[in-house]
Amino acid sequence: MSDHQNDNQDQNTDKKEVDAHSGVETTGHEWDGIKELNNPLPRWWLWVFYVCILWSVWYWVVYPAWPVAGGHTKGTGGYTQFKELEDSQNEIVARQKVYLDRFEQASFQEILDDPELYAFAMAGGSAMFKDNCATCHGTGAQGFKGYPNLNDDDWLWGGALSDIHQTIQYGIREDNLDTRLSQMPAFGKEGMLKNTEIEAVVDYVFSLSSQAAGHGGDHDLAKGQTIFAEQCASCHGLDGKGDREFGAPNLTDKIWLYGGDRASVFETVYSARSGMMPAWKDRLDKNTIRQLTIYLHQLGGGEEEREDGQEETVERPVEDIPDATYSE
Amino acid sequence: MSLLDKHEKLERNSLLLLGCTILVILIGGLVEIVPLFRMETVIESVEGMRPYTPLELVGQNIYMRENCSVCHSQQIRPLRDEVVRYGHYSLAAESMYDHPFQWGSKRTGPDLARVGGKYSDEWHIRHLIEPRDMIPESVMPSYGFLMKRGATLHDLKYHLRALRTVGVPYTDDMIENATRDARIQATGEDRVDTSGLIERYGEKVNARDFDGQPNMVSEMDALIAYLQVLGTFIDFDAAKDVEGGAQ
Repeated sequence: MSDHQNDNQDQNTDKKEVDAHSGVETTGHEWDGIKELNNPLPRWWLWVFYVCILWSVWYWVVYPAWPVAGGHTKGTGGYTQFKELEDSQNEIVARQKVYLDRFEQASFQEILDDPELYAFAMAGGSAMFKDNCATCHGTGAQGFKGYPNLNDDDWLWGGALSDIHQTIQYGIREDNLDTRLSQMPAFGKEGMLKNTEIEAVVDYVFSLSSQAAGHGGDHDLAKGQTIFAEQCASCHGLDGKGDREFGAPNLTDKIWLYGGDRASVFETVYSARSGMMPAWKDRLDKNTIRQLTIYLHQLGGGEEEREDGQEETVERPVEDIPDATYSE
Repeated sequence: MSLLDKHEKLERNSLLLLGCTILVILIGGLVEIVPLFRMETVIESVEGMRPYTPLELVGQNIYMRENCSVCHSQQIRPLRDEVVRYGHYSLAAESMYDHPFQWGSKRTGPDLARVGGKYSDEWHIRHLIEPRDMIPESVMPSYGFLMKRGATLHDLKYHLRALRTVGVPYTDDMIENATRDARIQATGEDRVDTSGLIERYGEKVNARDFDGQPNMVSEMDALIAYLQVLGTFIDFDAAKDVEGGAQ
């Protein structure tokens, strides 16, 4: 530092005045008797400054930098954010490729039988479930009122792998040709049944699952049964066990999607319900949907593919199911 | 050194200093402002973009009034994690009719740029009334009052006209029918003739009773109509060649 000052001093001794107290030369400016010291910038700072200037010139050449008429300078490095995204996506695909090739080819049954592919499906499925499905069906797939629990054995549209796959791809009451579609009539709203008749049906529906119907109707089950047979049986079946062809729920169990109190069931018959689920075909890629299918199937209650009309619940040890329960 | 020594002249002559200061600011201003006038040259147009319908516009105004953008961004960046979670990154063209744009800068809640069609109307209603019903860990405020407030529709043509002056291509026909279109969109094709609305805004326009209250056009109707179109305009196969089209 002092060498530097001395160099300057040698050149300018005749012009510049040196401050006696600090030994630093002054700039020669004076305001009301106050003079300004001319301390040089620290050398390390100057070098950083020069390097930054050089770096910026290098940056202009290599990276996109200057706006020009009709666009911008592209830089010799060919960098774009889109290319960076593509690269990072390719990196993930490359890492998944170990499984992805086999996964893409394998049937659902082959995936279930192959521990590696099964683990791959469950890992991807559980991650995508949280991003996309948990907002309606709950973090632990426990469901909410109006949004089915996916852990139990009760299925509206079928619990075999192919059924679940179809539902996820095309949704329920969505705007496409392959969607799950049905519409329960609003028996009260549209005047198809009088309120007293609805009360009778509600009594009968509660009797199907041997539940207390609560106060309201006159508990004339024969009347309710007649109306049920005329109005409801075409979808819910004469025995009330439901029909998955129409997504008509089983009324003989004690699972109620829209509430099992008398007022809720009355409202269901009066105004009908038509829950909808989005189609995910265009939102998620096909392998992700297959992963989700396996994941949901294994959450609980997954069924074997239909062969002779019989459906069986697949028994799988609970330990196989990661994160199946929502915990605080 | 001789040039640098001349600064004494500037420092001792206030008018000259003022003049030169103004000159420098003008140059800086030009560099910042001129590109804004040329903005249309950097937005690559993409098939499918359309101006918001009047009802969606009311929804956007409610979105702005309630300051949704404080917690929700509407811009998916071209980063792997975001593309996996939210879908295709946002294109400049997708906010070309937003005045002002709703990109936001903070995500307390998730990005909403592609929330359209992701959830059902019923989900939105319940979630807006009480977010904790659907997502127990949510910190979002409740917006149940939107169900009870009628949407302001009578002045819509002025909104459309104002937007036209800043470049949104609303036609005279759209401006003339603004209030009617809003009402028709919130009622749905089951109960009214929606052909005019569809003719003006395209086949894909959602016309239905969004809030489940058939006898009124509530602010809930408008907000859900807006949320359900976010990010749904563009056909991504057609957009492949635009802005890198990495996906």
